[in-house]
Amino acid sequence: MKQTEEISKFDGGLTLVAYKHLSTGSTISTMEQSKTYIIPLQQHIGVISQPLVKPGDRVLKGQMLAKPGNMISAAIHSPISGVVTDIKEHDVPHISGLPDQCIFIDNDFKDEWIERKPLADNYNQSTSSSLRKIIRDAGIVGLGGAAFPSSVKQTEMNIKTLILNGVECEPYITCDDVLMRERAEEILSGADIIGHIIKARQCIIAIEDNKPEAIKAIQTAIEKDSTGFFKVQVIPTIYPSGGEKQLIKIITGKEVPKSRYPAELGVLCHNVATAYAIYRAIYFAEPLISRITTVTGHGVAQPQNIEVLIGTPMSSCIKHCGGYTDDSDELIMGGPMMGFSLNSDNIPIIKATNCLLVTAKAKNTQKQKHLPCIRCGKCVEVCPVRLLPQQLYWYASSKNIERLIEHHLFDCIECGCCAYVCPSDIPLVQYYRFAKTTIWQQERERKASDIARQRHEFHQHRLEEQKREREERLRKKREMLKNKSNEKTSDDKTSKQAAIAEAVARAQAKKAEHNKKKETENKTD
Amino acid sequence: MLFKRTPSPHIKQYITVQDMMFKVLYALIPGALASIYFFGWGVLFNLCIAISVCLLTEVSILKIRQRDAISAIQDGSALITACLLALALPSLAPWWITTIASIFAIAVAKHLYGGLGFNPFNPAMVGYIVVMISFPLEMTLWTAPMGVNDGWPDFSTTFNWVFLGLLPYGESIDSISMATPIDLIKTQLNQLHDITETRNNIKYSALFSTISGTGWQWINILYLAGGIWLVKKGVADWRIPTAFLITLVLISNLFSVIDYSNNSSALFHTFSGGTMLCAFFIATDPVSASTTPRGRWIYGACIGALVYIIRNWGGYPDGIAFAVVLMNIAVPLIDYYTQPKVYGDLDR
Repeated sequence: MKQTEEISKFDGGLTLVAYKHLSTGSTISTMEQSKTYIIPLQQHIGVISQPLVKPGDRVLKGQMLAKPGNMISAAIHSPISGVVTDIKEHDVPHISGLPDQCIFIDNDFKDEWIERKPLADNYNQSTSSSLRKIIRDAGIVGLGGAAFPSSVKQTEMNIKTLILNGVECEPYITCDDVLMRERAEEILSGADIIGHIIKARQCIIAIEDNKPEAIKAIQTAIEKDSTGFFKVQVIPTIYPSGGEKQLIKIITGKEVPKSRYPAELGVLCHNVATAYAIYRAIYFAEPLISRITTVTGHGVAQPQNIEVLIGTPMSSCIKHCGGYTDDSDELIMGGPMMGFSLNSDNIPIIKATNCLLVTAKAKNTQKQKHLPCIRCGKCVEVCPVRLLPQQLYWYASSKNIERLIEHHLFDCIECGCCAYVCPSDIPLVQYYRFAKTTIWQQERERKASDIARQRHEFHQHRLEEQKREREERLRKKREMLKNKSNEKTSDDKTSKQAAIAEAVARAQAKKAEHNKKKETENKTD
Repeated sequence: MLFKRTPSPHIKQYITVQDMMFKVLYALIPGALASIYFFGWGVLFNLCIAISVCLLTEVSILKIRQRDAISAIQDGSALITACLLALALPSLAPWWITTIASIFAIAVAKHLYGGLGFNPFNPAMVGYIVVMISFPLEMTLWTAPMGVNDGWPDFSTTFNWVFLGLLPYGESIDSISMATPIDLIKTQLNQLHDITETRNNIKYSALFSTISGTGWQWINILYLAGGIWLVKKGVADWRIPTAFLITLVLISNLFSVIDYSNNSSALFHTFSGGTMLCAFFIATDPVSASTTPRGRWIYGACIGALVYIIRNWGGYPDGIAFAVVLMNIAVPLIDYYTQPKVYGDLDR
């Protein structure tokens, strides 16, 4: 495990007891298939996927069930062949604990695949965009836990270095560790494909020094490759080294500028499991329908890593691993630091499920209520983002939004280091999440009221416009009428005069006639 | 199967506030024992009075505030306030001085502001300042340290004075008390006797030993030792004492180089009075100190400068309490302007 290059350190962080050995005793075991699969439509970061099937449809293994909702979204595929029975709300693994839309599929146990046309080694001749489309159509998302659509990240803007994240810094989780041990060459093939897409010049595989077997396996695989594209970088075991921004700091010594992307530093990060999924998609035309999940903790009988189909109920996974122990306590998806607890095991495995952790009841049950903050500053020492958690806590409890934003609440990565060391037992991360949600909520309401106000103003404007137009029309009409009548009056005048003149003339004529008559009468008399 | 839900993280380091507070108390022990050794029964009486009055006040106020008094008192914070106060007060302080200071520290400085975690000022120092301003004469009543003249008075003399205000027949308080080295140098300078003269005066020379003052130097060395242990254990912050001591040494050295006959040496300042007690136990009180890394440097350094200013040019014998409370006032400002640059901030 030689370190070929100097590496940097990020601020803060923790050394944690890893408990990795619990689940690394055996090789990856494949789960037997279940009767029913529950496929949530939202398994990724971004917009919910749009279903392409309806209840009663027969679907094949690998068939697309839902297409991406928009640019940042992911396709979802059937893990088995069978019949769609329903599309309805069901409990999903989400931190909110709220149910979401899921597609229910009954397994016919025929395992009938859709037609597949793998590119295999020919991918070299394909363009980046066509490869990205394959990855997008395969529904591949970041498998480290965040589940960000992978193809979206793979830009071609001058990326020099591909960093493969095999750090796996959270305690208990070993799915990447065993994947690297058992499928190192496949991971490197996947990295080659990504490297081809983004035109990277080198690929650094970062692994924490507590995984000697994985490091050895990757190194052995690299030795077979003659291009010199790959390099292993062993990094010290400090939580949260596996965080994208922290890892980039370790490897490059530079920090990703605030609210920018890693591409700006010429790097792109992918999880090793994502690289493996991309390898499967290109070489076997297999969409993302399974993943490796660590089932572990002191509350489960036989901790191990399982290769499991997306949509499998968690209860089946636990059963496969020997069931719960008598003192099992909580069921957590993800690691003990950033994972969230679930209220039931009747919840499906999703693309982001890297770990199912079942804790055992603690022997010394601590008091429930936390003490006041004594401003000891231990949280400041461990924060990897250099925040002031104690000040954020203060402002979060007094709902001082202005100060929260000034103290960079939204840079918090919720790694949990602050709450881990807090001597007063304050659930700090919970306070920050609540504050973030409140601010988002207010922002949404503000936007909604802005829109409402704009609409109202536009409506008002339109009414005024209409009124103005009407008045204009009326005015014009009146004017026209007025002109008309004016003309009429002038006509009248002349006609009157004419009439008068006529009448006068008539009268004169009459008079003259009368006089004439009189004259003739007088003459005759 | 159904489960309960709790927020992440789901693992925790088992350090409690109580652990931290009791480590502070353990770290005080060597210095406190030296105090008792050099200044006698009075220190013990101070401790007894301060601890009982502080705990009693804490319990009564928590009862009035309808809080769980028993679990709150176990956090050890009132005990620390009591001990710091008792060790700072002069060894011959009458009982009512200690009592007033203790009640004020807990009732006003701590609980009127909301109790543990909410007090902007160091409670022990507020209590100390109240009696210092109100009863300046009683606040100078130190015994001669062990090894100087007859040393400290016996149990019954001390008891009679502290609790009953009685002195041995025909004697005045001056016969059992003696000025501290810092105080003595100051009053002698006011009477135009320079430092060398004072130190060589046959009446006082026993009071000054190699480093600073008989007794005081050992008390300070032991507080330093306890403080270093506390920093190593991660309970006390290292920046505040470092900044405080460096500033004090630099400033006092500068002035003593300029004029050594009118300004005490850096060594004298570092190991006399309450310097080490302040550096590691008072200035590092997390609740009232700055909490940002840069802020702690500023906070410690300013206390160091203020201590020197008050000692040298102020009207009080020692400047610790005033320096600390003055800087407590500045903490919100310091914290606000010393926010660290977060990850990826371009200005860094």
